[in-house]
Amino acid sequence: MKRKLTNWRLFTFTSLTALFLSGCGEPFLSTLTPAGEAGQTAYDLMLLSTWIMVGVVIVVSVLFAIAVLKFRRKKDDPAIPKQVEGSHVLEMIWTIIPIILLIILAIPTVLATFDLADTKAMDKKKEDGTTDAMVVNVRANLYWWEFEYPNQKIITSQELVVPTDQKVYFNVKASDVKHSFWIPAAGGKIDTNVENVNQIWLEFDGEKAEEADNLFYGKCAELCGPSHALMDFKVHALPKREFDQWVTAMQAIDAKAAEAKPEDPAAAAGQEIFNQKCLSCHAVTTADARPEAARTAPNLAGFGERERIAGILEHNEEELKNWISNPEEYKPGNKMTGTYGELSDQETDQLAAYLMSLKVE
Amino acid sequence: MSSIAHTQKRGFTSTVWEYLTTVDHKKIAILYLLAGGFFFIVGGIEAMMIRIQLAVPNNDFVSAGLFNEIITMHGTTMIFLAAMPLLFAFMNAVMPLQIGARDVAFPFVNALGFWLFFFGGLFLNLSWFLGGAPDAGWTSYASLSLASEGHGIDFYALGLQISGFGTLMGGINFLVTIINMRAPGMTYMRMPLFTWTTFVASALILFAFPPLTVGLFMLIFDRMFGSGFFDVAMGGNTIIWEHFFWIFGHPEVYILVLPAFGLFSEIFPTFARKRLFGYSSMVFATVLIGFLGFMVWAHHMFTTGLGPVANAIFAVATMAIAVPTGIKIFNWILTIWGGSIKFTVPMLYAVAFIPSFVMGGVTGVMQAAAPADYQFHDSYFIVAHFHYVIVGGIVLGLLGGAHFYWPLMFGTMLSEKLGKITFVLFLVGFHLTFFIQHFLGLMGMPRRVWTFLEGQGLETGNLISSIGAGLMALGILVLLVNIVITQKNNIQVGRDPWKDGRTLEWAIPSPTPFYNFKQLPLVRGLDAFWIEKMEGKTDMTPAEPIGDIHMPNNSFVPFVISLGLFIAAFGAMYHADEGKDWAIPVLIIGMLITFGAMLYRSVKDDHGYHIHKEDLLDEAEGGTR
Repeated sequence: MKRKLTNWRLFTFTSLTALFLSGCGEPFLSTLTPAGEAGQTAYDLMLLSTWIMVGVVIVVSVLFAIAVLKFRRKKDDPAIPKQVEGSHVLEMIWTIIPIILLIILAIPTVLATFDLADTKAMDKKKEDGTTDAMVVNVRANLYWWEFEYPNQKIITSQELVVPTDQKVYFNVKASDVKHSFWIPAAGGKIDTNVENVNQIWLEFDGEKAEEADNLFYGKCAELCGPSHALMDFKVHALPKREFDQWVTAMQAIDAKAAEAKPEDPAAAAGQEIFNQKCLSCHAVTTADARPEAARTAPNLAGFGERERIAGILEHNEEELKNWISNPEEYKPGNKMTGTYGELSDQETDQLAAYLMSLKVE
Repeated sequence: MSSIAHTQKRGFTSTVWEYLTTVDHKKIAILYLLAGGFFFIVGGIEAMMIRIQLAVPNNDFVSAGLFNEIITMHGTTMIFLAAMPLLFAFMNAVMPLQIGARDVAFPFVNALGFWLFFFGGLFLNLSWFLGGAPDAGWTSYASLSLASEGHGIDFYALGLQISGFGTLMGGINFLVTIINMRAPGMTYMRMPLFTWTTFVASALILFAFPPLTVGLFMLIFDRMFGSGFFDVAMGGNTIIWEHFFWIFGHPEVYILVLPAFGLFSEIFPTFARKRLFGYSSMVFATVLIGFLGFMVWAHHMFTTGLGPVANAIFAVATMAIAVPTGIKIFNWILTIWGGSIKFTVPMLYAVAFIPSFVMGGVTGVMQAAAPADYQFHDSYFIVAHFHYVIVGGIVLGLLGGAHFYWPLMFGTMLSEKLGKITFVLFLVGFHLTFFIQHFLGLMGMPRRVWTFLEGQGLETGNLISSIGAGLMALGILVLLVNIVITQKNNIQVGRDPWKDGRTLEWAIPSPTPFYNFKQLPLVRGLDAFWIEKMEGKTDMTPAEPIGDIHMPNNSFVPFVISLGLFIAAFGAMYHADEGKDWAIPVLIIGMLITFGAMLYRSVKDDHGYHIHKEDLLDEAEGGTR
């Protein structure tokens, strides 16, 4: 028995040390550093339930420890303890107290459930179909994300840009198999179903966003295939003014701007290759007019200024070339592999130069 | 076959034949234990591969596709092919003896249930060698499982369908047995808790498995025969699969954990020498957990988008389950309170179970709070939670139960010394593996990820977790050594080896005669054997004079029926493939074997045989073998 207790201590000690070392996780990723109202609501509820449950665990552990330590059998003691049938009083106590504790937990739970599901602002449409609410349509695809801003008429991918200190409403769905849209630091997840649109709101606190360098990590939280683990996206939470600037700049990348020839000759050659081999899936304008079903690959408008390539690789020309020459190695099971034939090293270089030249002015 | 002497020593082939044809619940229990144990090892190896892959970031120990196959098979194997059969092993070995029955109600069906489970599990695992295992998770959500290429998901659907039939039959059999075959005086409220939990779990099987069967059939038809239940392009709906799966899947948790509760409810009173505290509230709590278990499935779907009304209702319903579970925990503590506790290996597992399982229970309540669950869901927090429930509840129960009932099943006692080594390694490893995973989940690590990238603060936690898994594996290795040594030494320990046995199964001679009770015992209260011992008696009072005992004959038919379905499944799976014209004939031949065997069973009268009174009396004079 002694040995068992030592081991208990050992395990608690190692776990706690580990916890101390890793703290609450990274502010751009952890649910323990909520960066907005939705995340805060979930966090508060997590704390409330944790405290109640820690209380329960302590009571149980103390009773348990006393029982185990105090009533050990002396060596070969033949004594037969009193056979107790039960106790109505005790049984009432440990029925009623948990019920009270659960009610304390249930009330805020129900309130928060309705609060987080309140997306009525999305339905208040003006005559031209736009809303005062900030809305983003999220479409999850095998290992990449599309973000469409219906009010601003912008389509982008992989990197979501949102204004801080206001509610951002999302319409989410999937175009192939079920995924789940999750920005842990900002709030809970919602599944992107294949048959319906789900709605959710999140809010990004300006100060908290600054602490995380205005960049949060987003994840796919539903098993969707081999590269489920790599289906990351990034979230830029910008102050309203910067966000508006971004919108204007993105809107400027219209079809005409996208067709303009880059000055760099390598990039210009890359554009030729792109138009032949990539353009049927990838758009380079934010005003992609094609229907959703035809948008089968991430929109690359403004690609040159992104954080990551394919959501996971360092954003530099070297990694971009690696990705283009063998996407299967980096994201197994992706839909891009083998759709654009063989590229020579020179072509890959030119293509990379072109893609890196796609910038938001 | 009609002789009492047929349990005497036999050769290897005849032993194999005996087990292939047996309808004896004690031998079927051993079959379940062997098969379940085998699959437990397989699932454990898969778990180790998962933890090796996740030990460091960006690891390439296994490929992404293979990893998904491993997690799918780990979950499916552990739930359907390890935990359930191992519990069925104890139910078969113990429950009929606990209620003073000579066998289960339908011995033939009992054997059929085992062979269906076995062939289903075999079929599922053959996927490793025939083009790849299923890779859509043990939940096999429809959009992904329909999109999955190859035959992996077909193996999953057909394999689980076959083994599910077996489980359903087993459940019905136990229900009928407990309702009809209790010894004189064994009223419902005198039944030992393990019998009660078997009863409730069997009722849950009866109601929970049909939704799984229906869902699996739909999946089979969608994938193999061109229907569109879950195919959105054809007007189907994938959320329906989620409902079917979890209407089965949530009660399944209780199907597993209730019998484990039952095992602990036998272990605590035995080694505390004290009757179970609050027996009637324990029974009530068991039934209530079983009932509520059907009311809460949608808490697995909080993030599916069912809307706030559904989420709020299911949140509150889920919290309610904590109340009966709490009643049980406190009753166990009060059982050992004031007792005289002896820390044998089974008792160590039982006491370790309480804090471990409470941890799993409280995180369950935390997840019931739907808005918090939006964060927990599909993260490593969930992985931690359900492993605390399944390992901290069920596996500790199985390990404790194995040590506790080993003498009853095999007549030998596992080494206490090695048992304690296993216990320490396993328990420390378990907490090391899973405690930290709560925090990994909270720090933003989704579950079912094949790898994780550096720089997200997830490295330390994952490494610790993998080290813990290694300790658990070591513990199981020591257990295997223990089993081999024990069986090799084969020291028979006789009746009531723990000395403090309370219930009827300990009143029976060891090894248990193949007909169980020579005379059905008269039950005079809860803990029937204890009552007699306290009055200074060594045996149960018989409720009947010695008379002829009617026994069923062995039968090879259950094996053949199951084999037929196993063959037919290959035909069903391959019939849509190009150039596999043999598939349809194989499907038909397989079904013919199954239905032919059923027909044979139906038209051929088999009245069994009788053990004659004279033989029983002779044996009594000759003393127990």
